[in-house]
Amino acid sequence: MRIESREQFETLQEKIRAAETDNGNRILVCCGTGCLANGAKKVAEAFAEQVGKRNMDAEVKLLVKNTGCHGFCERGPLVVLQPSGVLYTRVRVSNVPQILEKTVDNGEIIPRLLYKNPADDVAIEQYSEIPFYKNQTRVAMRNIGRIDPTAIHDAIGAGCYSGMVRALFDMTPEQVLDEVETAGLRGRGGAGFGTARKWRSCRRAEGDRKFVLCNGDEGDPGAFKDRSIMEGDPHSILEGMVVGAWAVGAHEGFIYVRDEYPLAVLNLTLALEQARYLGLLGENILGSGFDFDIRISRGGGAFVCGESSALMLSLAGKVGEPRAKYVHSTEKGLFDLPTVLNNVETWADVGAIAANGGAWFAGMGTNKSKGTKAFSLVGKVKNTGLIELPMGTTLRHIIYDIGGGVLNDRPFKAVQTGGPSGGCIPESLLDLPVDYEKLTEAGSMMGSGGMIVMDDRTCMVDVARYFLKFLTEESCGKCTPCREGLKQMLAIFDRLVEGEGVAGDLPLIERLAAGMQVGSLCELGKSAPNPVISTLRYFRDEYVAHIEDHVCTAGICKELTAYRILPETCDGCAGCAKACPVDAITGERHALHVIDHDICISCGACMGVCPTDSVETFPKVELMKEVV
Amino acid sequence: MKETCPVETEQADAILEGYPHAEASLIQVLQDVHRAYNYLPCDVVVKVAETLGVPLAKVFSVATFYKAFSLKPQGDTIIRVCMGTACHIRGGGALVDEVERLLHVAPDETTPDMKFTRNTVNCVGACAMAPVMIVGEKYRGNARAVRVGGYLELGGDDDAN
Ligand SMILES: Cc1cc2nc3c(=O)[nH]c(=O)nc-3n(C[C@H](O)[C@H](O)[C@H](O)COP(=O)(O)O)c2cc1C
Ligand code: FES
Repeated sequence: MRIESREQFETLQEKIRAAETDNGNRILVCCGTGCLANGAKKVAEAFAEQVGKRNMDAEVKLLVKNTGCHGFCERGPLVVLQPSGVLYTRVRVSNVPQILEKTVDNGEIIPRLLYKNPADDVAIEQYSEIPFYKNQTRVAMRNIGRIDPTAIHDAIGAGCYSGMVRALFDMTPEQVLDEVETAGLRGRGGAGFGTARKWRSCRRAEGDRKFVLCNGDEGDPGAFKDRSIMEGDPHSILEGMVVGAWAVGAHEGFIYVRDEYPLAVLNLTLALEQARYLGLLGENILGSGFDFDIRISRGGGAFVCGESSALMLSLAGKVGEPRAKYVHSTEKGLFDLPTVLNNVETWADVGAIAANGGAWFAGMGTNKSKGTKAFSLVGKVKNTGLIELPMGTTLRHIIYDIGGGVLNDRPFKAVQTGGPSGGCIPESLLDLPVDYEKLTEAGSMMGSGGMIVMDDRTCMVDVARYFLKFLTEESCGKCTPCREGLKQMLAIFDRLVEGEGVAGDLPLIERLAAGMQVGSLCELGKSAPNPVISTLRYFRDEYVAHIEDHVCTAGICKELTAYRILPETCDGCAGCAKACPVDAITGERHALHVIDHDICISCGACMGVCPTDSVETFPKVELMKEVV
Repeated sequence: MKETCPVETEQADAILEGYPHAEASLIQVLQDVHRAYNYLPCDVVVKVAETLGVPLAKVFSVATFYKAFSLKPQGDTIIRVCMGTACHIRGGGALVDEVERLLHVAPDETTPDMKFTRNTVNCVGACAMAPVMIVGEKYRGNARAVRVGGYLELGGDDDAN
């Protein structure tokens, strides 16, 4: 049924909400990619089946909802019971009857399925009491985990499209621009460009045909907040795009989604169909007289296509090679027509700003960075997953209070932000409040919000080399400084990690980096040296150890590292011998095992399986000394 | 393994019908073709070029620029080991080594029996479960090198539970 007017929309919204207050009995099963990988689909099916049977003769029906990603992927599959708010983690199909019988029917808690806080080993019942969630402020991710992303009524009940209604009926395009300006919203996809400024320049641009685009390419490895929003709350993106289109005067939109995100494509496609069906998208939206429609375009799997000019070329069916920055896409973008491109999270924020006002948004955050920011907290940290916090939260709070600290309580070494354009931030800067300016000052950047925690077993030379390798593969090859600079830099790093570094390498790296920063055509090349520069700035001694002493202090670089088994703690379980791919480990069962260094390939498999932590690394050079 | 030429272009015809015949449709069409044939057969590429009115050279430049496309037939099961940052930090390299050791295939190559094609991807967006590898459609979170053999045998089955 098409909704013809604002009044009809608001009546529908109220109806949905009333139905929810009448019957709040719900079982929410997270069906994000992470939980699905852990078997959430079967759990959801089991709930649906068993609840279906019970509902037949029940007065109060129980609803099973498959939601998007809660962000706490590591503990999946997650199940939240409402109204009690109890969270169960790592739920298996075999637990389903028990949960229904004990908790749903009798309010009895099953302690085994509760989340245990790694800090004090105390089990926590309530979803909202878990430190990982308690400390968050969710704006862009406001509905994720609470709604079924494939049901538009759920989204409407949760408040989605209210901002759009306000913008279309109560505000002129100029007023929307002012509101976004008041909010101080800056792009969430990279450089943090002022959103209102971008929109204004597109509004001013000449021409009747304009475009509004959503960047869902999420190319930064280690970041997945855009994925989660597209999968878990696609309507918030559509709402934001309608508001943006109204503000700049566009009638056509595209969402460019990474090819590796099939579930995001599916849920967005469904969302578009449902929104069109209800008249929230398409011609004469809600009878307002405004037309706007959106199409989905799947990316081809090239990192550089996340860059704005490359993305627009890719949308036009061409090879995605960026062009020089002096041509502004707000004037000459997609098909050379005025275009606004924003990140997924930016669009999700827009809807909330339209609904709650710019001042509300600007009330959170720091002086120049307003609102909240989503991060994917991953790497060597206890609680991995998605978080959203006000700008200006310190790294320490994020990693220790929300993340629960470093995995296995090892020493913290660095946190990497900003993806391949970012850098590594050392322990001395842990009290840094995270915003655009502070991260840039520290030699990193906000980027897509990936936060990768590294412990003492992470080699910074190896990390820098990792990003160089990534970018060498992803450089489009159009300009020489980026194409050749990366290749030569990688060649130097290949030597460094093999212990073949020479005295002049570091100054040479620095000169190359400077050349790439000024000479490259697009931001990919200009920012490519950042991981190298930042690790050189904070961890120069690790580079020196590789070059002068042939030692990888972290015990990661294979050519420089050997393994040995500690006789004091080895209990002879033979796990290492079984795990060794080259049969380098020998020993009787229940007796000390020994590694043959002539055969060992330093793969580290033994270390990964040892239950008593008895395998340690040491510099290979010590082996030579022993021989001498 | 050799491509079986000529291939049936019926499926491609159906795909082409669903899109406006313009350059802007090129990537979307190639994606659908790739999904239907599991690679981009030469005959079909020519057909796409003709139908959309795009020079063949341009179609090839697009087909070779984007990682989503392969001009060689792919194995029955695609193995993708994530080489994103989070996975790299948490030992993704060992998974790559183990796949290589077990199957003797270089990246983007296919086993002679056409069972497996090995691809590396830079982050599949499941970083919280790093290291991750995907066998067919099945995601393996917190994957371990010792278990790789087991993952491969289970192929695309969805069995975690
Ligand atoms: C190499 C490169 C890759 C990029 N990848 C992405 C991406 O995956 N997602 C994204 O939103 N922005 C990406 N950007 C930033 C975009 O160019 C653009 O600034 C952004 O999408 C604008 O949206 P925003 O203002 O809302 O951040 C990338 C930039 C460069 C130079
Ligand atoms: S880094 Fe491997 S899934 Fe993201």
